[in-house]
Amino acid sequence: MTAPAPAPAPVLSVQGLSVRFRMRGGAYVSAVTDARFDLAAGECLALVGESGCGKSVLASALLGLLPANAETAGSALLGDLDLLTADERTLARTVRGRRVGLVPQSPAAHLTPVRTVRSQLEETLRELTGVRRPELREAAEAAADRASFPRGHLDRHPHELSGGLAQRAATALALVGDAPLLLADEPTTGLDRELVDRTVDELRRHVGDDRALLLITHDLAAARRVADRVAVMYASRIVEIADAESFFGDPGPRHPYARGLLNALPEREFTPIPGMPPELSALPDGCAFAPRCVRADEACTALPVLAGGGGGAGRDGAGRDGAGPDGAGRDGAGPDGAGDRGVEDRRVDDGRVESQGVACHHPHTHPRTVALEAPRA
Amino acid sequence: MLELRSVTAGYDRRDPVVRDVHLTVAPGEAVGLLGPSGCGKSTLARVAALLHRPDRGQVVIDGEVARGWRHRAPRAQRTAFGVVFQQPRLSADPRLTLTQLIAEPLRATGRAAEVPGRVADLARTVGLGDDLLARRPHEVSDGQLQRACLARALVLDPRWLICDEMTAMLDASTTAALVAAVEGYRARTGAGLLAVGHDKVLLERWCDRTVHWDELSGDAAADRTT
Repeated sequence: MTAPAPAPAPVLSVQGLSVRFRMRGGAYVSAVTDARFDLAAGECLALVGESGCGKSVLASALLGLLPANAETAGSALLGDLDLLTADERTLARTVRGRRVGLVPQSPAAHLTPVRTVRSQLEETLRELTGVRRPELREAAEAAADRASFPRGHLDRHPHELSGGLAQRAATALALVGDAPLLLADEPTTGLDRELVDRTVDELRRHVGDDRALLLITHDLAAARRVADRVAVMYASRIVEIADAESFFGDPGPRHPYARGLLNALPEREFTPIPGMPPELSALPDGCAFAPRCVRADEACTALPVLAGGGGGAGRDGAGRDGAGPDGAGRDGAGPDGAGDRGVEDRRVDDGRVESQGVACHHPHTHPRTVALEAPRA
Repeated sequence: MLELRSVTAGYDRRDPVVRDVHLTVAPGEAVGLLGPSGCGKSTLARVAALLHRPDRGQVVIDGEVARGWRHRAPRAQRTAFGVVFQQPRLSADPRLTLTQLIAEPLRATGRAAEVPGRVADLARTVGLGDDLLARRPHEVSDGQLQRACLARALVLDPRWLICDEMTAMLDASTTAALVAAVEGYRARTGAGLLAVGHDKVLLERWCDRTVHWDELSGDAAADRTT
């Protein structure tokens, strides 16, 4: 294999991001633990997982919108700015809307109810781009066009819009600042399938080649439709990060949780994963999924680490190639050269398999890596 | 048999959202009602559950015409229905623990003595652990709260279940778990189901038959029966 070309710097590089909330009585709730991924320009990463697994807290952390009792660790570099340590003034004046655009979960609640869409678009344009009258009116109409929001509806108030139109109005607002990173937090909740497809297609279209999209969703069909890569979150950790095509198609997900999630879909086996996720205030020391996992054994009492990830996540976030056309990522390790491929496994000293892109001691193996499967009962 | 006969309903008499709709659910049958956002299917579900008085038309429950709506419905008819709504946060009293939430219908009908046994039983059915039952809604996830809301809907052993977008907010695994709990209950009791939603794949997998909103209006229904 050829060595990957020197990569352009990722739009967003998240390294070891952890968020925990301090509760009354000194207890802690770990909402995000050690998240690592890179997001390249032109790439769409879908972060999937069930409600309460920490997805939205991760998004809030990236926007500096965590409540006062949150404690963070790690870094989230947007260019050379660390979003976790930036002060409120920097975030408010240079980041939100300008460098990170937010497509909200509930557009009806995000829009100001007492003002028309036109007035909100004009205000955003005035603040973010400095356009002044008389050009403002035309600029607002152009901004509406970009999100396919019909000009004839610009003078309506949010309550006069359908769910789909409100979603487009919110998208238009998110796009005004030409932010290199778009953050969509459950942008399709409550929409019907046709609207879901249209909304995510539009988001994908706006990403183009020079922006990045982090799509946070529990809707696997929406993720499948637009994502280049998929990160699966379970009990505050990213447990698998994989190429979307192999994740949803053949050979499928590798982490038993991700596999269970896909098998729960009505178009697949429609069987739930047994049990319930653990409390984020009392996470076990080892693999948090082990109590629900048929593959679990004593090895799972030690925490499996997400080692590398097909193109984005990994311990050495710097210098990897994001979403290169060949899909290759480097893990910077592996005397046997396994690091050349994003999804191959290698045997570590104690006989277990260290699997790329999946935090599990007993991942489902891809056909070409069967020979490397660890012996197990 | 649950019958909706020529139901017209809405929030403005001059502009009803549901016009002259006919729908029948046989005993033990599971019917999925599909329609796009905002078409009026939730309003129809509320009419079917005796929660919204229609402008015209009748709801007939096991041969008996519905005589009242909401709190004016006779108790025997009112308690024949279990309803699960789309948003568990909006349908759960934030002051109640999950145990109290599930037990509320028993208390409201003077059967408080049955609470300990029934709640423990149902918590198992919907997959809620004991530690969760002592919590209040803000201390649990959407999926866990929706499990409690389903348990509440089942606590009076309803003959009819109305699920209005029950799983729209939930992940795939919780969806499958809740559907399995509903189906387990129906297999045990023979209850009928009206499941409203916009996820065609889900409703076709879940229900005995699905009907699309467009097929329900008076003209279309008449076309089929003639």
